[in-house]
Amino acid sequence: MLGFILRRSVTMVWTLLIVSVLIFVIVNLPPGDILSNQIHQLNASGEAASVARARFLASQYALDAPMWQQYLIWMGFWPGPNGFSGILQGDFGWSFELDRPVRDILSEALWMTVVLNLTTILFVYVVALPLGAIAAVRANSWIDYLATFVGYVGLATPNFLLAIVLYHKGAEWFGLPVGGLMGREFAGQPLSLDKILDIAAHLVVPVIVIGTSGMAAMVRRLRANLLDELGKPYVVTAIAKGLHPARAVVKYPLRMALNPFVADIGNMLPQLVSGSVLVSVVMGLQTIGPVLLSALKSQDYFLSGFILLFVSALTLVGMLISDLLLALLDPRIRFVARSR
Amino acid sequence: MRGEPLLSVEGLTVSFGPGLEVVREVDLALRPGETLAIVGESGSGKTMIGKAIMRILPRGARVTVGRVTLRNPDGGRAELTTLPERHMRAIRGGRIAMIFQEPMSSLSPLHRIGSQVAEVMWLHRRMAGAQARRHCLELFAEVGFPDPERAWAAYPFELSGGLRQRAMIAMAMAGRPELLIADEPTTALDVTTQAQVLDLMKRLQAGHGMAMILITHDLGVVANMADTVLVMRRGRVVESGPMAEVLAHPGHGYTRALIDAAPEIPERLPDAGDPAGDPVLWARGLSKTYAGRQGLFGGRTRPVAAVRDVAIAVGRGETLALVGESGSGKSTVARLLLRAEDPDPGAEIVFRGRDGRRIEVAAMDRAALKEFRRKVQIVFQDPYAALSPRMSVLDILTEPLRIHGIGDRDEQRARAAELMQLVGLSPDHLGRFPHAFSGGQRQRISIARALALNPELLICDEPTSALDVSVQAQVLDLLRDLRAGMGLSYLFISHDLAVVAELADRVAVMRAGRIVEQAPAAQLFANPRHPYTMALIAASPEPDPGRRLDLAAVARGAGPPESWPEPFRYAGDHAPGLIEIEPGHYVRCAA
Repeated sequence: MLGFILRRSVTMVWTLLIVSVLIFVIVNLPPGDILSNQIHQLNASGEAASVARARFLASQYALDAPMWQQYLIWMGFWPGPNGFSGILQGDFGWSFELDRPVRDILSEALWMTVVLNLTTILFVYVVALPLGAIAAVRANSWIDYLATFVGYVGLATPNFLLAIVLYHKGAEWFGLPVGGLMGREFAGQPLSLDKILDIAAHLVVPVIVIGTSGMAAMVRRLRANLLDELGKPYVVTAIAKGLHPARAVVKYPLRMALNPFVADIGNMLPQLVSGSVLVSVVMGLQTIGPVLLSALKSQDYFLSGFILLFVSALTLVGMLISDLLLALLDPRIRFVARSR
Repeated sequence: MRGEPLLSVEGLTVSFGPGLEVVREVDLALRPGETLAIVGESGSGKTMIGKAIMRILPRGARVTVGRVTLRNPDGGRAELTTLPERHMRAIRGGRIAMIFQEPMSSLSPLHRIGSQVAEVMWLHRRMAGAQARRHCLELFAEVGFPDPERAWAAYPFELSGGLRQRAMIAMAMAGRPELLIADEPTTALDVTTQAQVLDLMKRLQAGHGMAMILITHDLGVVANMADTVLVMRRGRVVESGPMAEVLAHPGHGYTRALIDAAPEIPERLPDAGDPAGDPVLWARGLSKTYAGRQGLFGGRTRPVAAVRDVAIAVGRGETLALVGESGSGKSTVARLLLRAEDPDPGAEIVFRGRDGRRIEVAAMDRAALKEFRRKVQIVFQDPYAALSPRMSVLDILTEPLRIHGIGDRDEQRARAAELMQLVGLSPDHLGRFPHAFSGGQRQRISIARALALNPELLICDEPTSALDVSVQAQVLDLLRDLRAGMGLSYLFISHDLAVVAELADRVAVMRAGRIVEQAPAAQLFANPRHPYTMALIAASPEPDPGRRLDLAAVARGAGPPESWPEPFRYAGDHAPGLIEIEPGHYVRCAA
């Protein structure tokens, strides 16, 4: 098992490296990024001071170096103008649009993104598990139809529409704070119990908005999987043992139906992150979503590159976790693996 | 006390809705310690009786009329059909236990055997922890696990089929039931394993004074196990009575037909001459080694030698039977002969058709392979899986013609109609889809498809083992007629010596990838020499109460080659050669 984790981690590092190259190429692909535009303007002004500043900027960010060197400097594999100072060393670069270090812009947004997405996944699983299980066990009953109906509505409603509805009515109906991920008074404050509670209250609406469609899909999937399993002979065996039917379902077929459920963790992360961009814009959430959007539009490539890399890393970690959970859950996966 | 039945069923009717009765007015009574066999073919409703007693009927089915009563220890009787669910749960697994046909799918693949068995001890005997574990280990030893500790920690997929069924039996015994309902408990097992499991069930029954309902299609099993018999057909009991009497003097025509259809090892067969003189297909030095698999957590499994140095020849117009248990390599031989897989280097496979041309099968290119496959066709075991449910029978039968570009549409249609007639089906049904046919009819369609290209050799891979006994007899008859009518040669692969006895001219017995004995059928059955062949014959149950399974003979030959007596014993790759002990009769033993 330890060897497996180790080998998977090595693969992960390789994957991440390749992804980083791709990201770097893609964010640098369209001509006219924000820095070259600035340099062009400075050069065009013809003033000596401006030209000198342009030259300084270009050398500061190694724009005169070839592309591959720029990449290595960005990652921190190659000494840049300021020595080794890249992502590996914790220097995430400079946002030209906001004129601040990427690190400062994102420090809180990164955490809020992680918190928001993990809560959403938790919400999806906690709601989908009982709902899907009940829908399967009581297939073709009113509760199944209700779950199906809720599922279809959830799937068919665009996230941002739900966001707008809850944005306007959430406070009125449920007395929940809507918009933003924390009260204004807590912005920039150090973490305290009050702040955590406030964030939790603010999380409710966005989590529902972002998670509903994923949850609905998950309910459908779990229902289908569990229905397949319920007809299997080992379920009859469990009942024939004298086990209570509800316990029999939870102990045997539900456990079998969990596999695809767990395998989805890795897939859900990037979906949630990209899916939440629009919602974050609509609801004014301080996640990396809106930042990513504006960074991509203005070709603020240090900023957008880093965010993309971060999301990729998040996805890979999710995949690793789901693989480990699968091996933990299903002895057959463990045994295929073990040398006989 | 002996007089009062433990379980009594009166007028039981199970229905899937109005007019959809699957069990009709069944009466039965079972005294403590007694074995009742319910015999019938698929669809006879025999399984439903067991499930109705346990109240685990599938969705939609319910008991509409009838009483099922179980004698309580205080002498009263519990009416199971109306018992509250809570009390019923105490009876399920506690007083009445059930085992099923497929031990693999009837055990949860995600839980250890120990935990699944100990669960019963907790449910019905309130045992947990070390106490439950100790009792489980005792039980595992009692049901014949060589290493109870290993069984405790094992997952079902780590055990062989026989051991899995032993685990199921242990699970059923864990609640110390008064009645065991066994639904085709040995149908999925090899014959030698079946003999051992039947013996185990009998010993457990005697030791615990348990009553048993044995649901089976196999009259041979009945003859070895039952005290009384209930013969069912289409939901009704057609005959019942003491086992010996029913088998010796069947009163109902259906019972008689079932007994006649049951395959038997013949005492004496007519001599068939030497048909291998003009072989249509022969192979020498046939081996297949599967490389070890790369594991997810590293490491590589050991390579598996599925087939080792097999030499085989099918004479023109002859039927060669290749017999062996699961894992013996018999199906791999078929795939190698068809070049569905490539043999290890050094193999020689030669086909010589009616035109006299030699085809080196092992060295063919794609075009030659296509040509070769016109002449050699295969019929598979499972007629449900072998036919695409989305194609009409017409499409299924004309597909080979289309692939090989034979004839225009009308000619292909005419050929399909001809094929249907050949296998005893009506050409009017060409437009139907496979689901409209019964298992036996589907197997006829599979055979018709195999015949579409006028092959010279048909490889039949367990063509009847998914079928009911009476249907099996019909399909075997069909194969015999076709062979005579079309001059076909067969390579007939089966796990059951009794089945091949009806059809085979020569028999080759395989075990652990090697042929251990090969002889003309008459000689093999009259004078078997190899302990494994003798075990197969001894383990084959027959519907004759006078001929019980010979477990000593089974034990001598059923084990791995290391356990065989001298001079047959060998270990690993050091197998002795085949020695000709009489003309055409070869046995693998040290000289």
